[in-house]
Amino acid sequence: MATTHTRAAARLTLAPSVILLLAWMAIPLAMTLYFSTLRYNLLMPGMESYVGVENYGWFLTDPAFKAAIVNTLTLVLGVLAITLIGGTALALLLDQPMWGQGIVRLLVIAPFFVMPTVSALVWKNMLMHPVNGLFAWIAQSLGMEPVDWFAELPLFSIIVIVAWGWLPFATLIILTALQSLDSEQREAAEMDGAGPVSVFAYITLPHLARALTVVVLIETIFLLSVFAEILVTTNGGPGTATTNLAFLIYAQALLQYDIGGASAGGVIAVILANIVAVFLIRMVGKNLES
Amino acid sequence: MARAHTPARKAAISAVAWTVALLIFFPILWTVLTSFKTEGQAVSTPPVFVFFDWTWENYATVQERSNYARHAMNSVVISVGSTLLALLIAVPAAWSMAFSPTKHTKNILMWMLSTKMMPAVGVLVPIYLLFRDWGLLDTLGGLVAVMALINLPIVVWMLYTYFKEIPGEILEAARMDGAGLSAEIIHVLAPMAVPGIASTMLLNVILAWNEAFWTLNLTAAKAAPLTAFIASYSSPEGLFWAKLSAASTMAILPILVLGWFSQKQLVRGLTFGAVK
Repeated sequence: MATTHTRAAARLTLAPSVILLLAWMAIPLAMTLYFSTLRYNLLMPGMESYVGVENYGWFLTDPAFKAAIVNTLTLVLGVLAITLIGGTALALLLDQPMWGQGIVRLLVIAPFFVMPTVSALVWKNMLMHPVNGLFAWIAQSLGMEPVDWFAELPLFSIIVIVAWGWLPFATLIILTALQSLDSEQREAAEMDGAGPVSVFAYITLPHLARALTVVVLIETIFLLSVFAEILVTTNGGPGTATTNLAFLIYAQALLQYDIGGASAGGVIAVILANIVAVFLIRMVGKNLES
Repeated sequence: MARAHTPARKAAISAVAWTVALLIFFPILWTVLTSFKTEGQAVSTPPVFVFFDWTWENYATVQERSNYARHAMNSVVISVGSTLLALLIAVPAAWSMAFSPTKHTKNILMWMLSTKMMPAVGVLVPIYLLFRDWGLLDTLGGLVAVMALINLPIVVWMLYTYFKEIPGEILEAARMDGAGLSAEIIHVLAPMAVPGIASTMLLNVILAWNEAFWTLNLTAAKAAPLTAFIASYSSPEGLFWAKLSAASTMAILPILVLGWFSQKQLVRGLTFGAVK
């Protein structure tokens, strides 16, 4: 019974959230759009002038932009590959009966709670340092040449650090989904002589499809804007080897004070993220109905 | 039966799982160990694992030289403050959408979710300039507001999925008995909603504690929380690994403990209820 009383109450209770979010989204976004059409440098205040789409042309033809797009995609796809394959394997492992399952689970999910600046610095210094790092010592002990991770494989190093943080997330989601799998179905298949591989391929994997999709979409949203890990390890370098789109826009705005150029980059980033968002919204929307 | 759970099989699986788990956990363990070493031992080759002179010195030095307590306090204020602010705004909205849904409810929820997809860099420039003009750069108030806003969609969604599970008949029964709006909330809804609100709060504190885009870009010395404080150790002059480790250990341990209690909420909150 939706009386006018409850309808008015609903409007009143919803208003603060909706208005605040609308303001948080619309106002800055409109400003970004507006700035992107200006020649606007913080070092030359009062010299702003309208330049149309010049900033976009400039940003899109900047070699750093192409590098940033490639790096952004490599980073997202690399971390996704590691966390999806690793997460599925780990979830299958953790789903088995074992001693100390609770503690094992706690150890595995721990990295998710480590703040990005800590994980980046710990990995960069204490593990990946070419002289004093633990990996260097292991390599030497095995009679191999230590790898200078951030000089030789900078983007890969960042992928490893970010993947370490997101692996627990993927594992946890996939494990949650695994635990809702009907064990009778699996046992019936095993009775009929299905091996572990076909049970996984025909029963487990289809059941996990939704969880895996959710992992892909949510991680993508976060991974498109990886920032802190890059800032504290490589600062985007060497050259533009680890500059992703988020870092490029930050550098353009707060290091080069080019508000117009950075805003054009921001608009491009929003468009890219929206392409991903469309898929996620549809997906969650379907789940809402079911 | 095809999958007999023999003790041998269980032992083998346990061994593999423990090995993998310890490898994944190792960077954290290594950080904690290093925090108790001297700077010399921290960089020594071969590395020392357990047999070194354990010392608390780094913890004392970190506090003395860098005013660690202040940054920790900033983290607490930002994460707890933004969570409370977000809850204040979100609870009424989630409550009315869960119990008095209209034909727009689904669209509003979807739209809120979509705001979460907006990449932060898309609005970095205007937010930075507005903060500069309003004198909000490097202030706790400014960051509390930003954190509350970026987590608001997650908070609304999480609360909504929890509230949805409260049976509506109870509310109707209360209404039939003539309970007014406020009585409805205080006596009927609140007791059933508290666990969901607590879970939401927990997850949101964790997310805000670890957020490292806005905190790095909008703070300097004064309002910097631990994320930004730790980042200051990235300067290349000298290697202070033992002190870095001590600072890091203090920064991650409290939230790690909270996180361990929030596994379920984490799944639910970060998947917007799509996986429970």
